[in-house]
Amino acid sequence: MNLNMMQRDFRRWLTTADMACAHRLAADRRGLDVYQNNYRVQLMGCLEATYPILRTFIGDAAFRHAAAVHIQRNPPRAWTLDAYGAGVEATLRTVFPDNPDLHELAWIEWSLATAFVARDAAPLDPARLAHADWDRARLGFAPSLHMARLTTNAADIWSALQDGIEAPEAAMLPAPAGAIVWRRGHVARLRVLAAADFEALQFARAEGSFGALCTRLVERLGADDGIARAGALLAEWIGNELLTRVSGIRQS
Amino acid sequence: MPAHPSPPTFAGYGLGLRREHYRDFLETHVPVDFVEVISENFMVAGGQPLDILRRVRERHPVALHGVSMSIGSADGLRRDYLVRLKALVAAVDPLYVSDHLSWSRIGRFNSHDLLPLPYTDEALDVVCTNIARAQDALGRALLFENPSSYLAFAGAPMTEWEFLARMCERTGCGLLLDVNNVYVSAANHGFDPFAYLDGIPAQHVRQVHLAGHSQGDGLLIDTHDQPVPDGVWALYAHAVARCGPVATMIERDADIPPLSELLAELALARRLGLREAA
Repeated sequence: MNLNMMQRDFRRWLTTADMACAHRLAADRRGLDVYQNNYRVQLMGCLEATYPILRTFIGDAAFRHAAAVHIQRNPPRAWTLDAYGAGVEATLRTVFPDNPDLHELAWIEWSLATAFVARDAAPLDPARLAHADWDRARLGFAPSLHMARLTTNAADIWSALQDGIEAPEAAMLPAPAGAIVWRRGHVARLRVLAAADFEALQFARAEGSFGALCTRLVERLGADDGIARAGALLAEWIGNELLTRVSGIRQS
Repeated sequence: MPAHPSPPTFAGYGLGLRREHYRDFLETHVPVDFVEVISENFMVAGGQPLDILRRVRERHPVALHGVSMSIGSADGLRRDYLVRLKALVAAVDPLYVSDHLSWSRIGRFNSHDLLPLPYTDEALDVVCTNIARAQDALGRALLFENPSSYLAFAGAPMTEWEFLARMCERTGCGLLLDVNNVYVSAANHGFDPFAYLDGIPAQHVRQVHLAGHSQGDGLLIDTHDQPVPDGVWALYAHAVARCGPVATMIERDADIPPLSELLAELALARRLGLREAA
């Protein structure tokens, strides 16, 4: 057997416990069993480390069931084990299709994990804004920013368990809310936004234009309130280090 | 032989940098000559891990130890991995850059484990081709660590130490001699660990790992969750007597004890190293 064939047999042994592959690889199964155990334990440990709150919320047995399904269906591909947690939300949609709270908890934890090591970007220095040409200003947001619409109280569940207190019962929200995850300093954070503020942030991020945001808010709130709201949102984004870049600043 | 400069011959005594000890390394004087980090933990875009590494690097020389190069992959190396590693090397200016004589990836599958190679001429060709590519990409000679293994391939014509010797000779790479791995593999495959140490090319050994292991079901398992046992210390003494002074570190990956316990083990390594190399 050449090296390529051996490695493909080994892959099948690890992922499917194919006995024909095992027989071709070694007469003694003990060593192969060690490698297969290592493979599964490593992936299970990775998922446990990436989704500690989800695990606490649904309990060990349910978590391990979902993780085993994920491992079975998603052999790892990336060179970094840190990437293996991607796609757990999709797995939960098939394992627990009627539990949107779990899908959203998984979104929160995966977003926090990726925000933690996202590209660095210095927060915007408010002093530079004195020279901004606001009609033309383009907004740049933190590379760590993740946004999603939540239909359940998953954010409250996450916050409670993160604080070490009893989580509320899972429940649907009266109306969907917007959640953001981003990194401020070295700490990845979760925040739920009012629907209008979430929509404004989504719009500003997609359009990148402060002028367009002003126009949209003026359409909705009227001239005075729209401009005031846009200014307030801008200040809030700067204060929370969500905004990292404003282009179109005139040189003083 | 490639023209990449050889890694330092002796860099003292160090510890693996683990999360549990970040504060010790950042806020106190830790008496080590270098620290070793797992490369992949810092091959990230940004955030706290890179900031910690930068601050530790201001205080200590750093060795980069990888687990995902997959130098034995029959279908070559991943370019994106080498690009990321090269960026980390440029940022850290490490003492050593090392990985394992093993494979993890085939095609799009990555096992995230250090899987064994058959010690055949074909595998040697694959490994040497991959090492040459990695060394050219990174612009430096690399070190490769002998793995712990739980499976030996029937009919492989070379011993592991013969394979390592030929690999070093053909590529100019160095060896990271993991003495615990020699102990574990010797027990699992029934060879003499002292013959192994006598068979490796001593002039290529640039770094030594010391660690502990656990008893599995009929096999020793390289768990790195125990203090260095007496049998490994005895092998270390033999290795240093043969190789001379060599950069040595305690490698603990699980059940991480207080730093003082690891420093006590490192002090023992230092005493043994100085005595045996004299």
